[in-house]
Amino acid sequence: MKIDFQHKQSAHCENGVISNLVAHHGVSISEPMAFGIGSGLFFTYLPFIQVNFAPGFSYRPMPGAIFNRMARRLGVKVKHMRFSDPRQAEAVLEEKLRQGIPVGLQVGVFNLTYFPDDYRFHFNAHNLVVYGKEGDEYLISDPVMDYTTRLSREELEKVRFAKGALAPRGHLYYIERMPNQIALGAAIRKGIRQTCNDMLAPVPIVGVRAMRWVAKNIRKWPKKIGIKKTNHYLGQLIRMQEEIGTGGGGFRFIYAAFLAEAAEVLGNPELKTRSAEMTEIGDAWRDFALNISRIYKNRKVGDEIYDELADQLWRLSEREKAFFKRLKATL
Amino acid sequence: MLDEEGNYTTARSAGWEVKTLAINESIRLIEERVADTKRRVLSGELSPIAYYMELNRMDVPLLASYVGIHRFFVKRHFNPKRFRKLSARTLARYAKVFEIKPEQLTSFNPADAE
Repeated sequence: MKIDFQHKQSAHCENGVISNLVAHHGVSISEPMAFGIGSGLFFTYLPFIQVNFAPGFSYRPMPGAIFNRMARRLGVKVKHMRFSDPRQAEAVLEEKLRQGIPVGLQVGVFNLTYFPDDYRFHFNAHNLVVYGKEGDEYLISDPVMDYTTRLSREELEKVRFAKGALAPRGHLYYIERMPNQIALGAAIRKGIRQTCNDMLAPVPIVGVRAMRWVAKNIRKWPKKIGIKKTNHYLGQLIRMQEEIGTGGGGFRFIYAAFLAEAAEVLGNPELKTRSAEMTEIGDAWRDFALNISRIYKNRKVGDEIYDELADQLWRLSEREKAFFKRLKATL
Repeated sequence: MLDEEGNYTTARSAGWEVKTLAINESIRLIEERVADTKRRVLSGELSPIAYYMELNRMDVPLLASYVGIHRFFVKRHFNPKRFRKLSARTLARYAKVFEIKPEQLTSFNPADAE
């Protein structure tokens, strides 16, 4: 069986899956729009969780959060299921496909056979859509790929039951019901307000304060854990910022696109200005990544560069703090 | 490969280079770890399980949850002396996770590991 499903490539897997799934139900929500309404812009620092031998940095909220918030704010009813038994997980998937419903899955990246080897690492918060089955193979629409792919039953089971941090446990979701009417304006306002609150949150592990914490730690790392490990940590930071479908600059550019779209919908020209400012902040993040990469390139040593990086990140946090205060006032 | 909009030309190319450098760096680190572990396995310091773990880019807690053996015991199985006493069943569990034959664990030959 095969569901007529429109595959569209996107910069980020979760937004891509959302906008593809919603589009299947006849509503067109762009990727930046989905990202903004779901309050996708974020920063978090989790020094107590190890991911790929480095502490956890993230420029996005918990996997699934963007999707859930967007669905809630637009009134889309989404059903989520997790399983302890792989056989049951497959049975439900098959049943939904038989009913003609494309199904979103949370999967681990490591065993996705169509990924290039360099991208295969143990990361469990990737999303894709299954839109059919032919013989023993599932038809996969993975939003980061520019074409649709296939996975065998065994391969799919493996990625659905990947282990480790954020294990998907067969996590499956599909749209149960679409609303009769979509209140886009209200959803956008809610999305922006939450992003502002998140980024300005008075806790040290999220938002601008997390950025400050990382900045402080960058200063300490070379002495505490050595240059090699520090460089690896910083490398992980850039990877989180620049790849895995962030659209660059740790999602800042996608968010700028969202603000521009929001300005149209809400008829608020001031948001256009905010969008331009966000693009500039995105550029500053890029400069930050560029400076980190210089460490690899020049193999410069000395603590001054780490101090410079820390200062740069600190300035970014100050800038974003001011920005989100302004954005909140714009609404 | 991941981004499709090519409109930020200058910034985009800078970003690409940065990204590639970061990826290469982390790949290099992984290779270093694998090579180091291989050496230690061959010198009889560690069991082949350690090598295959590194090869699969795993760490101990991750491997432990894949094989369903507590990390304390997984770590113990890195000890060659204890590794030799493992039952065929336990070896088969490790082999299944690494997608290799159990014999590849018992008669370690890094040449046939990818």
